[in-house]
Amino acid sequence: MTGFVIRRIGQMAIALFGVSIVVFALIHFVPGDPVRIALGTRFDPEIYEALRERAGLNDPILIQYGNWLLAAIQGDLGVSFRSGQPVTGIVLQRLPATMTLAGAALVIALAVSLPLGILSAIRSGSKLDYLATTASQVGVSVPDFWAGIMYILVFSLTLSWLPPSGYTQLSNDPLGWLSHLVLPAFTVGLISGSILFRFVRSAVLEALNQDYVRTARAKGLSQMRVIRDHVLPNAWIPIVTVVGLQLGFLLGGVVVVELIFAWPGLGRLALLAVEDRDFTVLQGTVLYIAFIFLLINLIVDIIYGWLDPRIRYD
Amino acid sequence: MTEAAPERSLDAGEPPVEHRSRLRTTYETIRQNRLAVIGAFFLLVLAVVAVFADLIAPYTINEVNIADRLAAPSLDYLFGTDDLGRDVFSRVIIASRVSLQVGFISVGLAVAIGVPIGLVAGYYGKLTDSILMRAMDVLFSFPAILLAIAILAALGSGITNAMIAIGIVYTPIFARITRGSVLSVKESVFVRAARSLGASDARIIRTHILPNVLAPIIVQTSLSLAFAILAEAALSFLGLGVQPPAPAWGRMLNDAQGFLGSAPWMAIFPGLAILLTVMAFNFLGDGLRDALDPQQRSVIESRGVSK
Repeated sequence: MTGFVIRRIGQMAIALFGVSIVVFALIHFVPGDPVRIALGTRFDPEIYEALRERAGLNDPILIQYGNWLLAAIQGDLGVSFRSGQPVTGIVLQRLPATMTLAGAALVIALAVSLPLGILSAIRSGSKLDYLATTASQVGVSVPDFWAGIMYILVFSLTLSWLPPSGYTQLSNDPLGWLSHLVLPAFTVGLISGSILFRFVRSAVLEALNQDYVRTARAKGLSQMRVIRDHVLPNAWIPIVTVVGLQLGFLLGGVVVVELIFAWPGLGRLALLAVEDRDFTVLQGTVLYIAFIFLLINLIVDIIYGWLDPRIRYD
Repeated sequence: MTEAAPERSLDAGEPPVEHRSRLRTTYETIRQNRLAVIGAFFLLVLAVVAVFADLIAPYTINEVNIADRLAAPSLDYLFGTDDLGRDVFSRVIIASRVSLQVGFISVGLAVAIGVPIGLVAGYYGKLTDSILMRAMDVLFSFPAILLAIAILAALGSGITNAMIAIGIVYTPIFARITRGSVLSVKESVFVRAARSLGASDARIIRTHILPNVLAPIIVQTSLSLAFAILAEAALSFLGLGVQPPAPAWGRMLNDAQGFLGSAPWMAIFPGLAILLTVMAFNFLGDGLRDALDPQQRSVIESRGVSK
């Protein structure tokens, strides 16, 4: 197990190294001069030179990368071209909002997909199975941002139940916080739940078709006990993996949804940075999200290896 | 039945017969899948609509009619009009062209880069495999839409760059799927036989390996088209993809946001167009998978990236 964990951490380190190259290269693919573009009409030769120097853009490219990487490892991702604030601070300030949204979406996804997936598999071919499967087909095909717009249309503009967008601090106004969270969380959560539903259903179906389940039935165990003691424990492993991966995808999946609901998270930060051509902030945001994404994958893999010893020797 | 068996197996050993019967069973299996047939039929209609969009659309895309602005759906304007009095129905119809175009070209790009990488990595193994697949892992380390946004931020907005960005994002999935299939066939008897007869690597890959790994690639192509269309819609929605005045479904949804209260049809119809198109590709992909590649369990499993 230790060897497996060390090997996986090594793989993550390599992937992270590659990610750092991609993120670093990003700024150098920009046609022309990123600092000049960022300054735009507010061009001032002094600020321009200072920003270039600060961003290290006057050094040879390998030195630039080396310096940038060393600083990045220590948590220093430079300063925003726009506001002059440290990028790490800006990113970390936005992180909780994204984590909250992704977490709430995951809770909704699980609450929908686990019971429905298990029931659909047990009663495969029933009306319930048919309905749930159809709904999940819509869920995996619907554009998240359109679903969000439709929720706003129905629940905010037509029914006036919930605010269309915005954010309030949990500490200031817990109810307001919750009411702002509901629509974006459902937008992301139901789509993610549709994806999970299909996994849960097929994992349970597969477990149901195993010989040991037939044996358990032949012994005369009740349906309830067969499901609880023989089916679910075996369906569990693939489900855990997918749930973990979904959390990773949710972090990226909330990007456009954050914009629609004016949710002050990392996704919206990245989009604003694109609009402002604030490349250091964009770099920092992308790097952080990729890092969290890889970290979650690592944890999921380790849990997977721990649950299923066969994986460790792959 | 049992008596005929030896003769039959001799026949089946000849590639052309095997090939034709496989195509036939594939076709039969798909035909029995109602959803796949519906998906294929919808896409066929959509393709015809896209090609003849100019003839079908009652108005031209940017025909402004201020007097009828924000008009509700009616016989004159099936899907209503937008804030400039443009016919939403005509714009949805004409925008189908750009969606399909971006979808096909970007997925084509992903196949053209990803499949050769997977073939080479799987066939040669060892260091080549490690280097190529670690590079693919790097691309897999970013949430898909975020990577596409970052690439577009660097390259600049526009439809061509959007196709490149989506193509790059979906390359690793083709590389992985191809590599996995190559690994499962490269030690087969027919590959070893070809090698012992002195066939070159290029020839073995082209004539013996590629035809045997096509099934999962075809399935993945159909599913990727669905995701590519979703991605294009999202990018255009963000203003990074198709640029005005060209109509795109995502772009139309962005314009619609300001008029959600007064003209909800501006948001409803382009969104439905995206949903139905993506669903059709998913249905077709599911059907193809059941027919061609039964081991692959779920659409989403191969989805990997996306959303």
